[in-house]
Amino acid sequence: MEIRFANRGSTLIASLNGELDHHFSEYARNKIERELIKATTRNVIFDLTGLSFMDSSGIGVLVGRYANIQKLGGRAAIICKNEKIRRILEISGILKLMPLYEELDQAVKALLIA
Amino acid sequence: MQPINEMKLEFLSKSSNEAFARVVAAAFASQLDPTIEELADIRTAVSEAVTNAIIHGYENKAGIIKMVCRLYERSIEIEITDEGKGIEDIELAMQPLYTSKPDMERSGMGFTVMESFMDKVSVRSKPGEGTTVTLYKTFGDSDKAVTGN
Repeated sequence: MEIRFANRGSTLIASLNGELDHHFSEYARNKIERELIKATTRNVIFDLTGLSFMDSSGIGVLVGRYANIQKLGGRAAIICKNEKIRRILEISGILKLMPLYEELDQAVKALLIA
Repeated sequence: MQPINEMKLEFLSKSSNEAFARVVAAAFASQLDPTIEELADIRTAVSEAVTNAIIHGYENKAGIIKMVCRLYERSIEIEITDEGKGIEDIELAMQPLYTSKPDMERSGMGFTVMESFMDKVSVRSKPGEGTTVTLYKTFGDSDKAVTGN
């Protein structure tokens, strides 16, 4: 599992690659948390396009980060095309907190407008 | 009903074995020529069950997890067993969003994901003795018939 970070205006983009399960959840949590602390941006996009596998451990990681983003007055969105991962996101109810987009540009725009 | 093939695997309750277990189960299931989608369903459900055994069954302590896979003509049955603490209230544990470990950022969606990705999930557990989760899936079928139950 690998996580890369980039900035687009006032938005931090965290791109997750590989497999996100319980084994990698602590790594993902720590890595994203460290980046959030030093980030000057408030909004975050979780780009899950590069994930080949995610189970409900990933939901725990995303919800936990969302709580911290929200505390700092930020908003979050998710990009995901993988049908299985989308189904997990849907049944977990997490999309009520963080809307889902297919493309990065759509998500960046949506966070800017709102 | 007799399975046409069967395998048993035992491994330590280490989180690095979550990926190992789901890959093995999917590789064994591939003998029935399932779709890529169906294999992905199996990987996800096995990952959830093994993660539960590690986090909840053994509470991250050392233990042995057993996985038995049985293949029938068009279906698979996967049993995942731990000899850990067991579940006091299975019905409660299977409720969506219920988690006994909210402090660990557990989503409480494990059983819900298993039920969503498989045709049927059954749980046997005794407090102090352990838990067996059995996952059932029929391939290439929309009528959701379950064999070997």
